[in-house]
Amino acid sequence: MARNKGAVVVNIERCKGCHLCEEACPSDVLEMNQQTNAMGYHYSYMANVEACTGCASCAYVCPDACITVYRVKS
Amino acid sequence: MQIASCLLQNHTIMTLQEIIQPANKVYGKTPLLTDTPMHYCPGCSHGVVHKLIAEVIEEMGIQDITIGIAPVGCAVFAYNYIDIDWQEAAHGRAPALATAVNRLLPDSCVFTYQGDGDLAAIGTAETIHACNRGENIAIFFINNGIYGMTGGQMAPTTIEGMVTSTSPEGRDVMLEGYPLKISNLLTILDGTCYVTRQAVHTPATVIRAKKAIRKAFENTLAKKGTSVVEFVSTCNSGWKMTPHQANQWMAEHMFKAYPLGDLKDQ
Amino acid sequence: MEEVKLMKGNEAIAEAAIRCGCDGYFGYPITPQSEVLETLMALEPWKKTGMVVLQAESETASINMVYGGAACGKRVMTSSSSPGISLMQEGLSYIAGAELPCVVVNVTRGGPGLGTIQPSQSDYFQTVKGGGHGDYKLITLAPASVQEMSDYLCLAFDLAFKYRNPVMVLSDGLIGQMMEKVQLPDYQLRLTNEQIREKYPWATLGKQGRTKQNIITSLELVSEEMEKVNNRLQQKYREVEANEVRYETFLCDDADYLLVAFGSTARICQKSVELLREEGIKVGLFRPITLYPYPASQILKYAKQVKGMLSVEMNAGQMVEDVRLAVNGLVPVEFYGRYGGMIPTPEEIVKAAKEKLMA
Repeated sequence: MARNKGAVVVNIERCKGCHLCEEACPSDVLEMNQQTNAMGYHYSYMANVEACTGCASCAYVCPDACITVYRVKS
Repeated sequence: MQIASCLLQNHTIMTLQEIIQPANKVYGKTPLLTDTPMHYCPGCSHGVVHKLIAEVIEEMGIQDITIGIAPVGCAVFAYNYIDIDWQEAAHGRAPALATAVNRLLPDSCVFTYQGDGDLAAIGTAETIHACNRGENIAIFFINNGIYGMTGGQMAPTTIEGMVTSTSPEGRDVMLEGYPLKISNLLTILDGTCYVTRQAVHTPATVIRAKKAIRKAFENTLAKKGTSVVEFVSTCNSGWKMTPHQANQWMAEHMFKAYPLGDLKDQ
Repeated sequence: MEEVKLMKGNEAIAEAAIRCGCDGYFGYPITPQSEVLETLMALEPWKKTGMVVLQAESETASINMVYGGAACGKRVMTSSSSPGISLMQEGLSYIAGAELPCVVVNVTRGGPGLGTIQPSQSDYFQTVKGGGHGDYKLITLAPASVQEMSDYLCLAFDLAFKYRNPVMVLSDGLIGQMMEKVQLPDYQLRLTNEQIREKYPWATLGKQGRTKQNIITSLELVSEEMEKVNNRLQQKYREVEANEVRYETFLCDDADYLLVAFGSTARICQKSVELLREEGIKVGLFRPITLYPYPASQILKYAKQVKGMLSVEMNAGQMVEDVRLAVNGLVPVEFYGRYGGMIPTPEEIVKAAKEKLMA
């Protein structure tokens, strides 16, 4: 069965580190970075790159519209 | 936009670069959302609802005829975030402004964006009468049971027992009255065509909420009357919780008082 | 083609509104001005000019509908009487702050509180000294006849759009209810949305044809910026003060004494001047037409000529403060007023003038 392979790009400077994307991700892809952005927030990043299916759950719940989602069939 | 590629393992960079191609893009920020960073607290429901409204306006191609009426409250700066014409109303008066715009520009698509204090306390009369006249407008109503902007005071929709800065022992209904189920009230008015209660805390509810927003705009364009979309929302700062805890608390407590779903659809 | 009709002041407001290209009227019934809304509903202008007429749920809603309509660049108005105008103060402050043009008619009745439904001029302070919150001004026109109700309504719209500022037509129950001959203005076409887009590029009609969004707001949280907004407003008010002062004089050239009165009181004072002149006392009448901007320098000019002035008002003494400010102590400025809905007679004004100015 073909499985979607995905990736997300976080607009680091717009991310407020609210964790909602992390909670929404069914594949435990996202975590908050140890580093902070210019606003002082720990921003979201793909900690578990391989697991991303590109389902966009993270982007749906993101209050700051800072996640772009890409998906290819693998 | 920056890519957090520096943090990726070497062997995945190629793969990611292959995936991150314009042709593979499935979701991104709508250009209808401006580049101004939203002033909301991290995890605030306002941002999600703004995003959904902007997405629907873009998808329906109605940017040129849509006029938003911003409230007083946390969403007072909504006009900075969605790239359409806006009017900023006095506290609670957004439906009155929307009424005039609807009457004077009948081919426009007018919506108000209001919080619980704005819509269900100080603006109750304006809300009820705009709905009762069946103004062809959409009302987007953020219900988080608290006055966020002024620092967490009790709202008309604060649920029983909920702690706020003006109900420090929890809302006592014998003292402060009952949580106002304003959307239920609006369903009995002949002027409303669609009243629904949504949430935006999970991917599934976000998708449903977006459909509700679209339906409200479609009703407005079809001149079917007033559409009201209530979003049961969180105010994690005001509730003194993390965004995740706030979502859980909302699902556990708020949804009992304000169950999700369509209340009226004609 | 000019038409002359016999009608009430309130009816003249309604007729003039339709004719001067008004796009929308939003109002709420209150005595003694309900005929404005009633007349509009009877005339059904939406069939003729496309003008919208809507009975709102309150004066608060009315003025905020006016706000919404004005923000679209439309010629919109409301009318009410004192208690209703009090409810509109919030909206007026927002409209002034957002720099929107609109017209509000106050057919004043006696207060405070629910007061009386009889005529009064006791909303002078509320109108020209603020009323709502913040530093703002309402351009204020005070008609003294039914004809002027019609004339000043049209002038009010012109001034409102010239300065992007709310304009108050401050009349009273006497003029609102009085019947007189009126020469109504010719019909003026309402602007199309395309014309509004061109004439008023700030209007929120939808982004169509614009790259930049229009935002109508009175909010600015950065103090430095809010001070700039206020500076701009103040600069506009100075311009209004320099260009828009209107007044009328009656037998002032050789006067030894001056009556100062506005609106319907000025009509009564005209008779008092005639009575005093019959007795050989040279009295003139100075009538401010714009209460803001106030004709202060014109009054000061007469202060150098006369021995004293009497401000006659249907209130407990409001405009007299502006007369005193204008005269700046050069001559005595006295006050005579009736209030609570009482209307002074020409004879009692004559008596007051003799007692207060000539004793």
